[in-house]
Amino acid sequence: MRKKHFRPSTLYLALVLLITYLPIFIVVIFSFNDSKLPVAWKGFTLHWYATLFQDRALIEALRNSIVLGVVSSAAAAVIGTLGALGMARVHYKTKGMMEYLSTVPIMLPEIILGMVFMAFFSLLRLPFGWTTLVIAHTAFCIPYVYLMVKARLVGIDKSLEEAARDLGASPRRTFFDITLPLILPAVASGCVLAFAMSFDDVVISIFVNGPTLSTLPIKVYTHMRTGVTPEINALCTILLAVVTLVLLGSNLLRRKK
Amino acid sequence: MKRDRWWLCIVPLYAFTLVFVLGPVLYMVAVSFARNTGGYGFQWSFTLDNFRKMRDPVYLQCFQQSLLLALSTTVLNVLIGYPFGYFMARRSPRGKRLLLFLIMIPFWTSSLIRLYGWLILLQARGVLNRFLMWLGMIDTPLKILYTYPAVLIGMVYGLFPFMVLAVYTSVEKMDWTLVEAARDLGASPLRAFLTVTLKLTLPGLMSGVILTFVPSMGLFFIADILGGNKIVLVGSLIQDQMTRGSNQPFAAALALILSVMTTLLLWLYRKVTGTSDLEGMF
Amino acid sequence: MRKIETPPVLVLREVTKSFGQTPVLKGLSLSISEGEFVTFLGSSGCGKTTTLRIVAGLEAPDSGAVLLDGEDVTARPPEKRNVNTVFQSYALFPHLDVAQNIGYGLRLRRVDRQEIRQRVAEMLALVQLEGFEKRRASELSGGQRQRVAIARALINRPKVLLLDEPLGALDLQLRRQMQIELKRLQKQLGTTFVYVTHDQEEAINMSDRIVVMRDGRIEQAGTPAEVYDSPRTAYVARFIGSANILTGVPAGPCLLKNEYGTMRTPPVEGSGQVTLAVRGENIRFFREGGGDAALRARVTEKSYAGGMLRVFLRLGADGSGPELTISRQGINVDLEPGESVFLDWPAATAAVVEPDEEVEP
Repeated sequence: MRKKHFRPSTLYLALVLLITYLPIFIVVIFSFNDSKLPVAWKGFTLHWYATLFQDRALIEALRNSIVLGVVSSAAAAVIGTLGALGMARVHYKTKGMMEYLSTVPIMLPEIILGMVFMAFFSLLRLPFGWTTLVIAHTAFCIPYVYLMVKARLVGIDKSLEEAARDLGASPRRTFFDITLPLILPAVASGCVLAFAMSFDDVVISIFVNGPTLSTLPIKVYTHMRTGVTPEINALCTILLAVVTLVLLGSNLLRRKK
Repeated sequence: MKRDRWWLCIVPLYAFTLVFVLGPVLYMVAVSFARNTGGYGFQWSFTLDNFRKMRDPVYLQCFQQSLLLALSTTVLNVLIGYPFGYFMARRSPRGKRLLLFLIMIPFWTSSLIRLYGWLILLQARGVLNRFLMWLGMIDTPLKILYTYPAVLIGMVYGLFPFMVLAVYTSVEKMDWTLVEAARDLGASPLRAFLTVTLKLTLPGLMSGVILTFVPSMGLFFIADILGGNKIVLVGSLIQDQMTRGSNQPFAAALALILSVMTTLLLWLYRKVTGTSDLEGMF
Repeated sequence: MRKIETPPVLVLREVTKSFGQTPVLKGLSLSISEGEFVTFLGSSGCGKTTTLRIVAGLEAPDSGAVLLDGEDVTARPPEKRNVNTVFQSYALFPHLDVAQNIGYGLRLRRVDRQEIRQRVAEMLALVQLEGFEKRRASELSGGQRQRVAIARALINRPKVLLLDEPLGALDLQLRRQMQIELKRLQKQLGTTFVYVTHDQEEAINMSDRIVVMRDGRIEQAGTPAEVYDSPRTAYVARFIGSANILTGVPAGPCLLKNEYGTMRTPPVEGSGQVTLAVRGENIRFFREGGGDAALRARVTEKSYAGGMLRVFLRLGADGSGPELTISRQGINVDLEPGESVFLDWPAATAAVVEPDEEVEP
C-alpha cells in the first residue's frame, strides 16, 4: 500500500469542520449538564430530558411539526410527482411559465412567502391554523419533489419504456412496471427533503400558524428569544441524534446497493 | 393512461400554483399600490406612497444594512465554502463519503438548533468568553452576542452547507483531464485553476451564491436572536409592518422590491450559466 | 440445393414517414420471408432505424401499411404485435435482475411461474449466460448485456426479431464474436431477423439479404454476393467494399475511353457516358503500357489497415486526375509513391452502375 502523505488541505477541512461542529457539540454537552445555566460544567444529569418529556406544550409542538411535515410532504409528493410526469409529456405554451411559477416558493426569500400567504389567507378569510399551515408548507414542498422527479425523468432512457411496450406491456402496465419504480427513489428523496424543510421552517410558519397552533421551530424560537434553557438543549440533542441515525441508515442502505 | 390524458396529471399542479402561488403574489403586488388607512385596513386607491416612504433614511439604512449583511455573508461563504467544496471533491471516494456525511448532518439539522449552539457559545458569560479568559487573552468578557459580527457568524454558519454542497457537486463532476490539458499546454497551476477549474465550476459557485444570498435577505430570526433588536433587516421590517406596525401596503411594497431583486439575481444566474436548475440542489 | 418458396412473414407497403418538415421514408416497399436474415444497411439518417421502429409499432407511418403474417398491423400498438426488438442501448430494466428482465414478456402474458423459470433457464443456456439469473444489468459487461437483451426478446418467440445496431457499442473483437453467435442463434431458432447496421462487414457476414438504404429509399436489395458483385448504383458500389467509380464513353467492344486512357467493361449498349464500378483488389498494374486497355495513374500514398494494403493513386500521367485506390491482401505491394503506372482489370470484374448525383469521372 502507498503511504499516505499529509496534505495541507486536510488541516483546512478539519478546522472548518471543527468550527461547524463546535456549536453542535456545545448543545449536546450542556444537555447533560447539571445546571440551569449553560456556562460551566456542573456534573452529569438526565434531568433535562425528564423535564422535556413532561413539557406538554413542547411535546404537542413536536407532534404538530411531525404531522404538518408528513401531511405537506405527502400532498407535495402527489401534486409534484403527477405534475412532473404530466409536464414531461404535454407541450402547452404556458408550460415554461407554470414550471417557473411552481418553483417560485423556494426561489423567493421565505419572509416574502410568509408575508404574502398571511395577506392572501386573510383576504380569503381562511381561519389561521392547520389549513393555512398545510397550504403554505405544501407550497414550498412541491418544488422539491417536482424538481427531483423531473431530473430523474430526464435521466431515464426513453427506450426502457419502449422496450416494455415492445415486450407486450400496455401503456398503463408500462407506467406501473417501469416508469414508477424508476422514479420512486426520486419521489422519496424529494419527500425527505421536503419534510426536512417543513420541519425546519420558522419564518413562514410564524406568519400563518394562527394564535393557538404552534410548531416545534416556533416554540424553540420563542424559547430562544427569552433566553436559553437546558430543556431545549435536550430537545436539540434528540433531534440531532435522529438526523444522524437517519443519515447513517440511508448511507448504509446505499452502500449495500 | 392514454397519451392524450396526461394533461390530467398536471391539473393539481396548475390549480395549486395558480391559486396559492400566483394568487398571493399578484395580491401582494396589488396591495403594494394601495393606500394604508391604519389598523390593518387599507383602501383600494392607487398610490405610490408606499414606495416613496422607502426613501426615508431609516428604511434606506435598513435596506443598506440588509444588503451589506447579505453581501458579506455571501462573500465569506464563498471564501470559506469554495475551498472546502473543492478540497472535498478532490479526496478519495472514502474521504468524500465521510466528508459528505459530516456536511449532511448540519445540512439536515434544523438551523435553529445550530443557532442555539452559537447562542450558548457567544453569551457574555458563555463558553467562548470563559475560554478566552482562562487563556488569559482577555480580562473582562467580550461583548459578542447582540452585535453585528454575531449576526454575521450566524448567517455564514447557517448557510454554509448550501454553498459547500453546490460547489462540491460542480467540482465533483468536472473533467480533470481538462485541467491536466491546460497544465500540459504550459499553464501554471494558478492559471489552470483560474482559466479552467473556476470557469467550469462557475455554475456551482453561482448556485451557492444564490442559495446563500437569497435566504440571507430574509432570515430575520438569526438577526433577531443573535443581534437582539439592534440590527433591523428588511426581513424584520416586513414582519414588523405585517404584524405590529399593521401597515400591509408598506410591507407589500417592501416585499415587492425584495422579490424583484431576487428575481433579477436568478435571471442573471440563468443568463450566465444557461441552466434553470440550481446546481447542487437538484 | 432446393429453394422453398415461403410466404412473406413481413411486408412493408409504400411506407412514408416525416418528422416535422423532414421526410425520412419516401415510399418504402419490401417483403421478407419466414426465416430470413435481412439487414438494412445505410449511413446514419437514411431511415433504417425509423423503418425498424415502424415495424415494431414504436413509430406510426404517415401512409402505407405494415403486414405481419398477412395481417395489417399498421394501426396496432407495439404490445399487440408479435415482434420484439433488441434496442441499441439494450434498454435492460435497471430495477430488475437478469431473470426478471428475460421473463418480463412472459409475465405479461400470464405464463405460470414454473414455466417462466424453466424458459428463462433455457434462454440463458441459449445465450450462454447460465448462473447469471440474479445479477443486475449494472453488473454485466457490454457483451453480457447484449445477450440478455437478445434473450429477453427471443423468449417471447416473436415472428420477427428486430435488432437496432445491437453490436454498435461493443469493441471490434467482441463484435466479430457476436456476429457469429447471432447467426448461429438465428439458424438454430429459424426466427426471422431484421437487422439494422451501418457496418457493411456485419451486413455481409450475417445476412441472407441486404437492403441498402439511402435517403429514405431502398437503393438496392439482394444477397450479399449480389450487392457486392453487381451493385446497381454507384452509391451501393462505394458503400459496400468502397469501389472506385469511373466514367467513360464506349470505344469499342467492351472498352471505354476517357481523358486518362481506355478501360475494360462488361458489354454496354448505346454510346452515351457509362459509369463503372471497379474494386481495388481487381485492379492490376504495369510499369509499361502495351495492351489494348490501360489508364495512366501516379501513386500518391500507401497505407495499411485491417489486413489490407491500400495504394492511393491519382489518374493521369502527371497525377492530376481524380483519386483511385488499389487494395491487396498482405503488406507487400511493389509500388512506391511517385511512380507512374498503367492500370487494367478483367472486364468481368467491373460493373456498370447507375451514376449518382455527385458525378465522378
